[in-house]
Amino acid sequence: MSVDLEDAPSFPVPRTVPYQPPESYRQISSRGPLNKVTLWDKRRVWLVTGYAQGRRLLSDPKLSADRTRQEYPTMAPHLGAQAARKLVLVGEDPPIHDIHRRLLNPEFSLKKARALAPRIQELVDGLIDDMLAAGPTADLVQSYALPIPSLVMSELVGVPYEDHKFFQAATAGVMQAREPAETEAAGAQLAQYLGTLVERNLTEPGDGVIGRLVHYVQAGTITAAELTQLSMVLMIAGLETTSSMIPLGVVTLFAHPEQLAAFISGEVPVQTAVEELLRYLAVTDFAAVRWVTDDIEIDDVVIRAGDGIVVSSTMVNRDESVHADPHVFDISRGNRQHLTFGYGIHQCLGQNLARLQLETAYRTLFARIPGLRLAVPFEDLRMRSSGTMQGLESLPVTW
Amino acid sequence: MTRAADGPAPVPSPDNGRIRVRADRERCIGAGLCVLTAPEVFEHDDDEGLVIILEATPAAHHRDNVELARRLCPAGVISVEPA
Repeated sequence: MSVDLEDAPSFPVPRTVPYQPPESYRQISSRGPLNKVTLWDKRRVWLVTGYAQGRRLLSDPKLSADRTRQEYPTMAPHLGAQAARKLVLVGEDPPIHDIHRRLLNPEFSLKKARALAPRIQELVDGLIDDMLAAGPTADLVQSYALPIPSLVMSELVGVPYEDHKFFQAATAGVMQAREPAETEAAGAQLAQYLGTLVERNLTEPGDGVIGRLVHYVQAGTITAAELTQLSMVLMIAGLETTSSMIPLGVVTLFAHPEQLAAFISGEVPVQTAVEELLRYLAVTDFAAVRWVTDDIEIDDVVIRAGDGIVVSSTMVNRDESVHADPHVFDISRGNRQHLTFGYGIHQCLGQNLARLQLETAYRTLFARIPGLRLAVPFEDLRMRSSGTMQGLESLPVTW
Repeated sequence: MTRAADGPAPVPSPDNGRIRVRADRERCIGAGLCVLTAPEVFEHDDDEGLVIILEATPAAHHRDNVELARRLCPAGVISVEPA
């Protein structure tokens, strides 16, 4: 395999069509599964676009997720901020990663997620009631996609929902800022808010993840600051991803009427359809960012110690050696081989909760609002221009 | 046996290389990495989507894949010990 180091195209670049990767990504992956790309700060890193290579690399203990190291690639200017660099769990390697992860794992088991299904349905139905009462037009981003994970995560973590305007703005501030200073400020606000909540739970444990984990602080397993950090990571990871994914999925279904019909009729099970939406949309163009602690040989290429690696979920999910006609959106595909939730020890903890929210959101929306359609021409929809999640600024719908 | 600060705990190696594999279904998140990594040893049950062990004491040649599955499991529910 030849890797042309002289030609390292820019990465990431904005999507223009919400559900399609930019043309340049296709050109990059047509050269082979491992290529060099250039980040915004001129740094060159490896871009992985092959599914097998992505799995293999994310299984390798020589890959580090430690964001405090300068070797860790900074994917956007705001992610250089301390608040984005010093993140528990997602920015940690074993053994400390495993200690933190072990505390949270029981909260996110498949059984726990499934037990939340009736409550999620109730919350989603409530939002539909509100939209129907206020409609016949609505912005699906503000009225549906943001409140769903916001309600679910605040109940799960034990954050009062009446503060949702604050924590929605703060998590978005951390993730979607343009400047490091904005991320820093939003991160500090969120840490202060959650820190106060942890303190309150220490004397009066609430009914949520924070309340259930305070005994680890009292026992000295973790500090109050670590619990604050853990709850912050949960809120950021839980809100930004699902709230971006819901509108992307709706618009993708709108753009493929025959698929939408098969979805509404129940011809294709909702779980199968959601898995294809996850594969096709990926929510973010990169599922994993790492740096390499020691040389790795893969496919006749040597990735050197200190090199940065970016696994492009968008393109890995469209690896034609795994999926036939990978650029075709087919909700009946039934292939779960995608890296949208990452792979290995850092794979998304909340994946079952995410799937459940997406299934409930899409199914309930189209079942309860027959004739739902875009209220503006498709061409007028705008992708958010900041942050690393693919998101729509707004999604005006009518019925 | 020493443990590298940043590496996984190695599997103890008895003479015959046989291992015993366990998985905690209560904490399983059904991510499926074990099934992808060592399909001869791990499977998902159809009803619940949770891990089931096909071979509790797999043959020695499955050892590397089982160890990789143990290390990769995002829920940390797989344990491996000498048989």
